[in-house]
Amino acid sequence: LSRIGDELYLEPTESGLSLRAVNSSRSAFASFLFAPLFFQQYEPGSTGPDAELFRCKVHMKSFLGIFRSLPSLEKSVGKCLILLKPHANRLVLQLHCKYGVTKTHNLAFQECERLQAVFDTQRCASRLCASARVLAEAVVHFPPTLAEVTLGTGPGGKISLQNYVEDEAEPSKTMVTQLWLAEDEFQAVAVAPGSHITFCLKEFRGLLSFAEASNLPLTIHFDEPGSPFRPTGKSQMNSPAAISREQHEHSRSCSVPLSVSHLPIPSDDFADDLESYMAAMETSEGGSGGPPSPTSESNPEEEEEEEEEGAVPGTPPHKKFRSLFFGSVLAPGRPSPATTQEVLAEDSDGEC
Amino acid sequence: MPFSTQPPASGERYALSASLDNARHLSSLLRAVHFQDHATCFATASGLRVTVEDAKCIQANAFIQAEIFQEFSVQEESVMFRINLSVLLDCLTIFGTSSVPGTSTALRMCYRGYGYPLMLFLEEGGVVTVCKINTQEPDELLDFDFCSTKVVNKIILQSEGLRDAFAELDMTSEVLQITMSPDKPYFRLSTFGNAGSAHLDYPRDSDLMEAFHCNQTQTNRYKISLLKPSTKALALSCKVSIRTDAQGFLSLQYMIRNEDGQICFVEYYCCPDENITEAEL
Repeated sequence: LSRIGDELYLEPTESGLSLRAVNSSRSAFASFLFAPLFFQQYEPGSTGPDAELFRCKVHMKSFLGIFRSLPSLEKSVGKCLILLKPHANRLVLQLHCKYGVTKTHNLAFQECERLQAVFDTQRCASRLCASARVLAEAVVHFPPTLAEVTLGTGPGGKISLQNYVEDEAEPSKTMVTQLWLAEDEFQAVAVAPGSHITFCLKEFRGLLSFAEASNLPLTIHFDEPGSPFRPTGKSQMNSPAAISREQHEHSRSCSVPLSVSHLPIPSDDFADDLESYMAAMETSEGGSGGPPSPTSESNPEEEEEEEEEGAVPGTPPHKKFRSLFFGSVLAPGRPSPATTQEVLAEDSDGEC
Repeated sequence: MPFSTQPPASGERYALSASLDNARHLSSLLRAVHFQDHATCFATASGLRVTVEDAKCIQANAFIQAEIFQEFSVQEESVMFRINLSVLLDCLTIFGTSSVPGTSTALRMCYRGYGYPLMLFLEEGGVVTVCKINTQEPDELLDFDFCSTKVVNKIILQSEGLRDAFAELDMTSEVLQITMSPDKPYFRLSTFGNAGSAHLDYPRDSDLMEAFHCNQTQTNRYKISLLKPSTKALALSCKVSIRTDAQGFLSLQYMIRNEDGQICFVEYYCCPDENITEAEL
């Protein structure tokens, strides 16, 4: 979240604590929802049934500064208490450390509007669901510097991924990488035929590495070009909500009316960085480093949480979320979609 | 005076002469008080005291008692001079600062007296370096008049518990506020920075607390920039004693164990900050 925006929005809701961030051009938005069961105790507010739950934003740096050193936090902090005190204008974070030491931070906050990406999954024409691993293995074939990728449909229900090439680029000087994924690689496919969408690969990679490490299946909702493209993932431990980003179509001609709770689609330029996402994942959780283990680990303190719309329950194993680093994990011996990767194969009906 | 690489014959009278097998025993302590370029050295038969001051508000003293040295002799009652501490440290660590086990720099220090430079003979692995550092008139040192009878509150803590706290102090805060009290919060370190305030509370029954003698609730503020250098001493030490007197003067005494297990002390004295504004709790 810290790589997306400079301010952290905190919104306690009945269904959990939502931490959100938006970038300065309002072209990318990320949100993490921590269900009540994630906490030992969760009280969203006591202002009465009709009053709206208080929300605020704080400077990202100030908030992160409290959790500065993750290894030492792991060793010394037993529990953390977060209190929002509207009357005192303070967000209180209290860390209970070993030896009985208590660290109390009183952060100044600002009241804010509700930060929400406008998106109606129901109205999306297309939906794809795949394990993060499949998608990661697919995108690994694109150069790391590639900015944008086009997802499209083809005959036989295949899904294609191709690097986005500017119209002005000379065909003889451009390398085009295209890869096809068969329908059965996905857990669910409901794609409107002939649809194409171009999105920022960098951000998507970030989301993928997060999902991969937690072994989450990813559900992608999209509609026509110009509408938001919304990948989501859900885990047993917490439910990271939509890492949604606004996309644009091939011709880059989009725009969306802006209002307080809307995020406009920019006509250009995704400033967001890939690594930001990973770091963003890290900072929202703060687990210890280490590759995710495929075996389940039961953790008595943490329990299941609730559904998140759009995600296909892929039953990820019980595991404590670990902070992760980018690097797609290639399972040995697994047939990879790379076989479809003969670039610009003479398969003439592969073109879309 | 002819320049010689040989250490002076023991027949010559030197106001101060000392030998130390491992120069690190001296250099690490001096580093713990190195927040200004100049220091005042004061030697008596009991040992060497090196004092550094700043802003007429803070004073740090490093004590290296005579027993730490293999040889330590002071001809007059006391010897005092001002010297460039940065240069002195550079010379003491001239063979490098990394401590490879088994190798150490041997030191012989000689001072002829008023007006003469301080001579250092450093040897490691057969290589000898001679350094001559000019000395100056000693400055008048602050006297905090801090004695144990005037102490109002005193706490002894294991340094381990404070190290992270001091290393992570919010430096956007101008002051470090120290509260000591027989009641809650017992011992509290507070900062008031750009992000907001932060309080670090140590309960009196904490495992870290070796001694807790607080008679009165006192809250004092000190300029954080002046106290921050004490973090070096804290990092070296195993225990720290924190004392305040009726005027709010702060005494921090650090017990440092060197590589050979010998004990040395470093202390910091600090005046409370005069610009008192309403404390934010």
